[in-house]
Amino acid sequence: MAKHKTPLLDQLESGPWPSFVSDIKLECENRAKNEKGVEFQIPADCPEDLLGVLELSYVDGETHWKHGGIVGVFGYGGGVIGRYCDQPEMFPGVAHFHTIRVNQPSGKYYTTEFLRQLCDLWEFRGSGLTNMHGATGDIVFIGTTTPQLEEIFFELTHNLNTDLGGSGSNLRTPATCLGMSRCEYACYDTQALCFNLTNEYQDELHRPAFPYKFKFKFDGCPNGCVASIARSDFSVIGTWRDEIRIDQEAVAGYVGGELAPNAGAHAGRDWGKFDIQKEVIDLCPSECMCYEDGKLSINDKECVRCMHCINTMPRALRIGNDRGASIFVGAKAPILDGAQMGSLLVPFVKVDAGNDYQEIKDIVEGIWDLWMEEGKNRERLGETMKRMGFQKIIEAAGVPFDVRQVQEPRTNPYIFWKAEDVEGGWDRDIVEYRKRHQQ
Amino acid sequence: MAFISSGYNPEKPMENRITDIGPREYKEFLPPIIEKNFGKWLYHEILEPGLLMHKAESGDEVYTVRCGGARLMSVTHIREICDIADKFCDGHLRFTTRNNIEFMVDSLDKAKELKKFLNEQKFAGGSYKYPVGGTGAGVTNIVHTQGWVHCHTPATDASGTVKATMDVVFEEFQNMRLPAPVRISMACCLNMCGAVHCSDIAILGIHRKPPMIDHKVLDNICEVPLAVAACPTGAIRPTKVEIDGKSYKSVAVKEERCMFCGNCYTMCPAMPLSDKEGDGVALMVGGKISNRITKPAFSKVVVPFIPNEPPRWPTMTKVIKQILDAYAEDARKYERLGDWANRIGWERFFEKCGLEFTEHLIDDFRDPAYYTWRQTTQFKF
Repeated sequence: MAKHKTPLLDQLESGPWPSFVSDIKLECENRAKNEKGVEFQIPADCPEDLLGVLELSYVDGETHWKHGGIVGVFGYGGGVIGRYCDQPEMFPGVAHFHTIRVNQPSGKYYTTEFLRQLCDLWEFRGSGLTNMHGATGDIVFIGTTTPQLEEIFFELTHNLNTDLGGSGSNLRTPATCLGMSRCEYACYDTQALCFNLTNEYQDELHRPAFPYKFKFKFDGCPNGCVASIARSDFSVIGTWRDEIRIDQEAVAGYVGGELAPNAGAHAGRDWGKFDIQKEVIDLCPSECMCYEDGKLSINDKECVRCMHCINTMPRALRIGNDRGASIFVGAKAPILDGAQMGSLLVPFVKVDAGNDYQEIKDIVEGIWDLWMEEGKNRERLGETMKRMGFQKIIEAAGVPFDVRQVQEPRTNPYIFWKAEDVEGGWDRDIVEYRKRHQQ
Repeated sequence: MAFISSGYNPEKPMENRITDIGPREYKEFLPPIIEKNFGKWLYHEILEPGLLMHKAESGDEVYTVRCGGARLMSVTHIREICDIADKFCDGHLRFTTRNNIEFMVDSLDKAKELKKFLNEQKFAGGSYKYPVGGTGAGVTNIVHTQGWVHCHTPATDASGTVKATMDVVFEEFQNMRLPAPVRISMACCLNMCGAVHCSDIAILGIHRKPPMIDHKVLDNICEVPLAVAACPTGAIRPTKVEIDGKSYKSVAVKEERCMFCGNCYTMCPAMPLSDKEGDGVALMVGGKISNRITKPAFSKVVVPFIPNEPPRWPTMTKVIKQILDAYAEDARKYERLGDWANRIGWERFFEKCGLEFTEHLIDDFRDPAYYTWRQTTQFKF
């Protein structure tokens, strides 16, 4: 028998898409039965109360969660988000219901052994409800009480050999696509770089010292499956600078219809016979391809590596061999100064595990030094860039100015010349001037 | 409910303390076939919706079955996922960046058996537990935020709007018949921890009433200068308010300058703005992240407001379906939703989608606004 009546939420149990309401109800049942005799450390019926308070929001059209409080684990300034219900008498099980962010493994691969350990811990010391995963990439544990926070942290670090993620004005949990583990487009090992930088910057991740949040995301290629160019202050996107590798036999296979174009991605509709001219050559944004006499040629110097031809004929075309990454900075969602896409800072960098990615770390740290000095409270890097000018960030990063950093040169001639840019400097004598020009 | 210690000693928090160890190393979790062929993949094929095959240089083939899931997931559900991975995949699985679950096996027969099995699992209420799909030119899972489930600033619910939307577009999750992939995202307020600003279709919770001011407590629970500085339009100023003969330090809001971003509430809990009538959703379309053919692009607001209609948001899902259907009908192969709108012109987009254009859709926020107005004689009647 459910603790609260939830007639509105019950309507979300039907329909084909997996119902979170059905899932929470199942959790309620299992906690009530408690067949394994778990000694729940927070109210066993908290998922019931979560359904109750959510139903109330469905009636009221307003949230019933209060502003977070300052809770956390000793020595860390992030990873825990305080959460309190504003109707604690009605829903005591969720009166204190804090979130814990647990740093996910790169590429989100798991063994069932590890997942079950996480489940056991979270059933015992928390609500048994999670997000797999949060928007930034963490494993999110939804709902526990303050006394459990240190206990959970102790168990995570001692028994599960894992750590918390980020929150607040610190480095947020870095995220990556699955990269070379299962993708032929990956131009560098995104998982290794993500793992390395996450460990290198543990202090920045756990102890807020920045003006605002800072996100790292790693995409293996310009397809951008982890959305780094839109969602991260520091976005590393795989690319190459030599020739796309062509298998002419496979090209013929696509043209002849033996191979399914687009890796089968459009197979659900009859789009007619594959037409290489119309579907590949004519859609190339830099018009650098040509198909003549049964042979595909690419003017690689003019290629902008948009991935369309490779995505369309993956068995015939492969990324080049001289691989590395481009670095973009300053992406963010609209709060506060409007949405920003990442701006190209470094056209090409080798992603070199051999020297522990030092070249990339130098760029990161140069930017952080400037942003921590000049950034205003709650100002994302993208906004600091807009306020100070991109030149300042490029200088701080210690990388050369490059025409590739702009879409086009400036349209206004209001150049902020510096005295040292100008022959003779700016010190001039008005008396001397008047000798040449009468008042 | 007796307290059981983990071993942590609150008297001596630093005793045996382990910190800054970072996440588990991903290599521990790779299935053997993935580890063996790491960095040596030749190509992939989507054999049928939700079923991918990756071919390695070694000749190995790995078959992946992708299924959707609500990202709000109980440990009971995760354990059931583990049971499936134990039975079919030697105890390995992964999650995608869009909250899908991927099971990997080494033969097509096993993959088909697994796909069939997954599609047979249902919740008591009738919904699929593990619907297979989300590949290629279709709709995949919606990335979203917490909403009324667990957040203090939402203007709508996230899990509910997502469930209602996915139910309506479910066939497109199971098929690959759209002109290009359609990425739908949901954020329950302008903070956008779901970053929906570059999605083909974005559902965004918005407020429309300025913050209320809880004068009696404001100075106790907020820093007045921080509340003032929080406002991007400078609409908040410090003031003194007299209530029942008592003077309180507080703030005043110039309401006509409010753009309802909620940043003041983030900084100051004494300035709540959520409201049953004021809150609802806006729809944005035409964003993308991939660099394929065209550049990454921001989503544009095409429906400024739809009221919250829990539990199923019927107006919102109807409009989303309308946009999706018009796109599916009219766009060319490979054209993302925004590319289609750019080609036919936004005036045609509104016509074909049956949407009304209102004053609220003309940008008036800072410099970028100017670049969205039309400065050419080229337009369509």
